[in-house]
Amino acid sequence: MDRSGTMLFADLLGRAKTRIMADWSAELERANARVPGRVSTQELVAQGREVLELLQSAASSGDSDPTSAAYSRLRDLLAEMSRARAFQGFSPTETATFVFSLKKPVFDAFRTEPDLSPDAMSAGLWTATTLIDGLGLFTMEVFQKSREEVIIRQQREISELSTPVVKLWDGVLALPLIGTLDSERTQVVMENLLQSIVDHTAEIAIIDITGVPTVDTLVAQHLLKTVAAARLMGADCIISGIRPQIAQTMVHLGVELNVVSKATLADALALALQRIGRRVVSASPAPAVRASA
Amino acid sequence: MPAPRSEVLEIRASDDIVRVRQRVRTASVEVGLGLVDQTKIVTAASELARNTLDYGGGGTAAIEIIDDGGRRGVRIVFEDDGPGIPDISVAMRDGYTTGGGLGLGLSGARRLSNEFDIRSSPGAGTRVMIARWK
Ligand SMILES: Nc1ncnc2c1ncn2[C@@H]1O[C@H](COP(=O)(O)OP(=O)(O)OP(=O)(O)O)[C@@H](O)[C@H]1O
Ligand SMILES: [Mg+2]
Repeated sequence: MDRSGTMLFADLLGRAKTRIMADWSAELERANARVPGRVSTQELVAQGREVLELLQSAASSGDSDPTSAAYSRLRDLLAEMSRARAFQGFSPTETATFVFSLKKPVFDAFRTEPDLSPDAMSAGLWTATTLIDGLGLFTMEVFQKSREEVIIRQQREISELSTPVVKLWDGVLALPLIGTLDSERTQVVMENLLQSIVDHTAEIAIIDITGVPTVDTLVAQHLLKTVAAARLMGADCIISGIRPQIAQTMVHLGVELNVVSKATLADALALALQRIGRRVVSASPAPAVRASA
Repeated sequence: MPAPRSEVLEIRASDDIVRVRQRVRTASVEVGLGLVDQTKIVTAASELARNTLDYGGGGTAAIEIIDDGGRRGVRIVFEDDGPGIPDISVAMRDGYTTGGGLGLGLSGARRLSNEFDIRSSPGAGTRVMIARWK
């Protein structure tokens, strides 16, 4: 459609490349000076030069749609840069600025072109601005997706770190659950507990859910299955750490765990010790209370 | 009065259910729901998001902060283009499940919300709306 505008833009990029690149470098340097330290200006300029090169060859196909095949190599490059920035913790603004800061140098170059009719100038500018906008948006989309990947990966790492089975006493195990429970990993966590019950010939397993933000029907079902399996292996479960808001929600949801529960892990341990015939008593004689100085 | 905002999330994988819960939590905090109400609406959303994924084959959740001129609340609409539900009143029954669950998701979500609306017919997908007011 705006083939002519696109060709004008491509020609301009060819003819005025040195000047555009010099202006863009200055823009990039200025932007980089505001948030120093993460990437060198040389690196930015090198990336800019590559972008400009690919932009010119894509535009000279006459295609002005940044999502078309002509722009695929440019998109790959931008995606790669954007992803790297997301992993390095760049802000969205820093990432977007890289692409959008190309506008001014291009506009300036158009303005000083000799022998351009107003119509041609406006067609060229229009193509340039829609193209750069489109590429900027694409960059942001990749950036956003990559940030989400980072977050999901971190969540996964955290939940993997945080599910050890702890031996509290001979015959008493605790499984403090922390984080989201409905990944494939719940299965692994529960199997770990059952295996530990065998390994330690445990009589009592305390499942502490203080760190579980949401108990929905799936989590409840996992808990129920684990309790039932533990029972078959000769161990009783105690569930601790059901916070008041979780308790109320479970009532409305209609789930009943039919298992002994205690408010805190400490209460659960006290009950467990009692069940295995132990008592916690204070040492006697009681340590002297020192008078305050 | 801040303009009502709405956000549409895709539900394609179980990670997306986590995301739905997180965004519903954020919206609930923003409208000032207390801890119990936050937990209720987040749990209801978790149920419906999982149904959307497991039975609807994926879909969307539109989370919106609503305002009736003074009172604020959170509304979530779940939509999928899955097989639909042949008999809603049966599906709403406590304990009814076709997927080996507890059969408490739909009925529980209704009890956990102030507003609940379900529309579905075989072949035409499913749409469930829940809302919780401050
Ligand atoms: N979006 C949907 N599309 C098609 N069928 C659905 C949908 N949501 C629910 N159903 C049907 O309704 C039934 C009841 O749903 P409900 O959420 O109450 O229980 P469940 O998902 O089977 O188990 P639970 O939620 O307790 O783990 C489901 O088993 C399924 O047959
Ligand atoms: Mg369900």
